Amino acid sequence: MGEMEQMKKEAEGLKTQIEAARKAVNDTDMASAAAGVAPAPRVQLKTRRTLKGHLAKIYAMHWCTDNRLMVSASQDGKLLIWDSHSGNKVNAVPLKSSWVMTCAYAPSGNLVASGGLDNMCTVYNLKTPVIKTVKELDAHAGYLSCCRFLSDNEILTASGDTTCALWDLETGKQTTVFLSHVGDCMCLALSPDNNSFISGACDSLAKLWDIRDGQCKQTFLGHTSDINAISFLPSGNAVVTGSDDCTCKMYDLRADQEVICYQDAALNSGVTSLALSMSGRLVFAGYDDFNCNIWDSLKGEKVGVLSGHDNRVSCTGVPADGMCVCTGSWDSFLKIWN
Amino acid sequence: MARDMSDKDILKMELEQLQKEVKNTREPVSKTAKEICEWVEAQAAEDPLIKGVPEDKNPFKEKGGCIIT
Repeated sequence: MGEMEQMKKEAEGLKTQIEAARKAVNDTDMASAAAGVAPAPRVQLKTRRTLKGHLAKIYAMHWCTDNRLMVSASQDGKLLIWDSHSGNKVNAVPLKSSWVMTCAYAPSGNLVASGGLDNMCTVYNLKTPVIKTVKELDAHAGYLSCCRFLSDNEILTASGDTTCALWDLETGKQTTVFLSHVGDCMCLALSPDNNSFISGACDSLAKLWDIRDGQCKQTFLGHTSDINAISFLPSGNAVVTGSDDCTCKMYDLRADQEVICYQDAALNSGVTSLALSMSGRLVFAGYDDFNCNIWDSLKGEKVGVLSGHDNRVSCTGVPADGMCVCTGSWDSFLKIWN
Repeated sequence: MARDMSDKDILKMELEQLQKEVKNTREPVSKTAKEICEWVEAQAAEDPLIKGVPEDKNPFKEKGGCIIT
């Protein structure tokens, strides 16, 4: 048997073993475990703000930890910083490349970052008298799909080159490259304790990584297409994903498997984005069909819908205090709901 | 990155990852899912998007204007 044939055989054997080990602990599922939980009430949220200012499709948004400011990115070539309470624009950051796919706010509120088809992650200081470019992080060999700050000194990126990376913002260099996916990485989310992160990719897998040792600890199967959105449950022991296969799933980290799937036969649009309410009970999932569906994370039932956008919902975000949900769309508007 | 790698190198990478993951401990879903439910339920009582935000405490309430009742 050739070496590759040998390796394939061994890999198949291990996959079978892992599947059996998962099955052995699969003594119930989330919906059954939640049978005794009172159903979530029907959720009817109103649009409280419609933020107008972008001139083209919005691709990403991210809340500041102050629960008030947010950053949005549009292919009109701008990042806009909004005061969500007043609805006013606080800052506009012109981008060198208008093909932006992601943006992020640093926990300190001092920095924002963006990136996209330029393959770079550019970091801006909002606190200097004039907004300055602090660093251009240039080492990925593919587009930047997602970025998240750990602090003013470190940022994590996900790329179409199939890797994620941790960068030192002082040196502008990659400290760690996370390689294991075999498809474009589309999204990442930090664990509540900042020790790990989860990534979703076009290989339909979600992977859990240890930030410090660079190792992939767990791999989650089940989706049948690109994973576009991912988030930790606030408890830190489960992860929710959204995919082009039109479903969202919750993966339980300790049981190492999918425990519930959020799907509806009538839904045949891909999931573009997702955000969890503060308790993790509600999943706000944005779809290609212009809606944002609200799912009861424990029972798997649809409990509401946010309708109002005239094009694909491309991004969603809930601030840390859980007081609202923001949706951003290809229709160029952001809406705030509660 | 995976694009630069030969099929053989990709297979080797996948194999090594599987060799690590096969050793992971896995806890019963009946225990872990129950704990997730309990945690979420405890937090849901204070979740503003579930219990609602009173008008006077809502930083996003519609500004100004007249209300015709």
